[in-house]
Amino acid sequence: MSLQSHDVRPQGVQTYTPREFHHQAHDALGNPQIRANFRKAMDGLMTKRRDSFADWDLETLRELGANIRLRALAKLPDLLEQLEANCEANGIRVHWAEDGEQACRIIREICESHDARSVVKGKSMVTEEMHLNAYLEQAGIEALESDLGEYLVQLNEQTPSHIIMPAIHLNTDEISEILHDKTGTERTRDVDTMTAAARQQLRERFMAADVGVSGVNFAVAETGTLCLVENEGNGRMTTTVPPVHIAVTGIEKVVEQLRDVPPLYALLTRSATGQHVTTYFNMISSPRKEGEHDGPKEVHLVLVDSGRSRIYQDDELLDTLRCIRCGACMNHCPVYTRVGGHSYGTTYPGPIGSILSPHLMGLEETKDLPTASSLCGACGEVCPVKIPIPDLLVRLRRESVGEGRGNVPGAGVKRTRKEAAAWKGFQWLATHPAVWRAGTSVPGKLRALMPAKLGVWTDYRTAPKPAGTTLHALVKRHQASKSHQPNNKSHEEEP
Amino acid sequence: MRARDAILKRLRERADGPLSAPDSDFAVVTNRGWSAEERLARFEHWITSVHGEVIHTPHETWTDTLTKVLADKGMRRLALGKQHSVAVEARRALAGAEVELVDVDRDIETWQREQFESVDAGLTSTRGAIAETGSLWLWPTPDEPRLISLVPPIHIAVLDADTLEDTFFDVVKAHGWAGGMPTNALLISGPSKTADIEQTLAYGVHGPRALVVLVRHATTQAEGA
Repeated sequence: MSLQSHDVRPQGVQTYTPREFHHQAHDALGNPQIRANFRKAMDGLMTKRRDSFADWDLETLRELGANIRLRALAKLPDLLEQLEANCEANGIRVHWAEDGEQACRIIREICESHDARSVVKGKSMVTEEMHLNAYLEQAGIEALESDLGEYLVQLNEQTPSHIIMPAIHLNTDEISEILHDKTGTERTRDVDTMTAAARQQLRERFMAADVGVSGVNFAVAETGTLCLVENEGNGRMTTTVPPVHIAVTGIEKVVEQLRDVPPLYALLTRSATGQHVTTYFNMISSPRKEGEHDGPKEVHLVLVDSGRSRIYQDDELLDTLRCIRCGACMNHCPVYTRVGGHSYGTTYPGPIGSILSPHLMGLEETKDLPTASSLCGACGEVCPVKIPIPDLLVRLRRESVGEGRGNVPGAGVKRTRKEAAAWKGFQWLATHPAVWRAGTSVPGKLRALMPAKLGVWTDYRTAPKPAGTTLHALVKRHQASKSHQPNNKSHEEEP
Repeated sequence: MRARDAILKRLRERADGPLSAPDSDFAVVTNRGWSAEERLARFEHWITSVHGEVIHTPHETWTDTLTKVLADKGMRRLALGKQHSVAVEARRALAGAEVELVDVDRDIETWQREQFESVDAGLTSTRGAIAETGSLWLWPTPDEPRLISLVPPIHIAVLDADTLEDTFFDVVKAHGWAGGMPTNALLISGPSKTADIEQTLAYGVHGPRALVVLVRHATTQAEGA
């Protein structure tokens, strides 16, 4: 299984990489536009999410969501076989791919078998993960994003900065400029005018497209049904207008039964954008049947592993696969809100990206991501399927310094002999009280030797001085004096 | 087949051993116990909150309401089926009207550009609706294909008030969806929309910019024409 994604990123597209997280985050923090855009959007989304669950027993619903996803994972191999059998029985052709490269090849071969030159895409994160657009372009097939946000980002030669709202880093003026430069649309601040222009441009493309490529939100094993959640209608266009539809999904997106879908859908829309429902819930179970007048004549489903079966092996890491890709963890993350989606340099940014990307790309590439968190816990609290994201961040930090189970590619990449020795030394000190006490008393005794200048620190501050008496000693003295006062209640009275 | 077998093998031979599947309690998404009035009120509240228009009409005069809606909105070409009673009644009522009726029982390949560029509205029946989210549910048929609720700028949907149910879960269960899914099943909750330009809502990005729901109410005596 190749972990490094095949490198097909085109020259033109502005690229970010997880290796450069610190630099990218630094640049983003210094960009008031980015900070204002994200802050405004995330504040709004947090409020909307909370309000949308107001009438719900949210804890019970989250419990059910987690439970449905866990049940699906527990039966995953059987459900995948059942999904395949039911899809095939309905006339949907099923393909399996070990990694992104294989998936790209499968999609290209389907396109070539139809002499396809033009592909129109509905929003699909897994195709972003495998850089499908660039791959198809190299094969001489044009791939056009049709989700408005993705379309704008593609026109601007960028990648999405949020999994639900791809163009969240752009504001109205920037978008007006992009549409003007790339499509000749007249400059305007009117969102309706810009939307209407994009509608017209994309309708031509839908009509001309040879193949439609979409993602999948839930794949139902019981009926062989592919569910797509969307507001714009581009997903329905993509899956209905072109003569061939290729749906691409990670192997973990399967659910057991149709009745598992309503609770997950209820959680997804509210968690993602605070909507009580999306405009469209599109359930596809077969290609166009005899006598029907529209819809694709061929439907393909590409099931992609790309490291997921490796995550599946480990009891703790398994929880990562429960994700339904709502993005609530991003919307509530104080780090994401400040550094924005591009800083992470990965397809999936924010907390979910930080626990998923190391498996997809290896810790060599992504070693900084698990540390891009204050462990405040907000992501775990809002996750609709109760993924313990903070615990997984800690687990990956341990893995990155070689203190885990080694079940993540690149485990131990951050381990240095010096740091390991330092912690070992600390461990020895902390478990030998006499040495510890002797050691900690040294700074106090030598406090007079503290230098007055400490590099840049003392450019604007005075140098700190260790206290003459340690806090421990002070507390001890205080407690001793209290216990001499007869009326004072001390905690030692408690049993 | 090699990728398939390798993936399934890895999943089956899981390093940390087999997983046990928990049972699920679906109580939280069902048993709302709403009255017919509450159902209707909720449906209307939610669908209008996302820009859907709801027009109530007595069952026997619903085509008059349709005629008026079409005239008010200046619709000149209406796409609709031929066999469903909604289409049959609409065709009868609109026979002498200004509106041109566009047949949809032809393969899309033969009239794609016409449908995309010169149809003003699509009329469809619905199988029912969901009160909790303000959603219509449609199972497109050869008589009412998938694209007529998507491509024309206005979608007019006819809903019988007594087909409203409480939740999506209730609909899936009561109508035995798991027993046989159609080519395409749809929930539609409002007109097409986007907030991709700086969180500002805009309607009609790819699909219809307006969704009009004609809610037909049965009167005491006769139901249906």
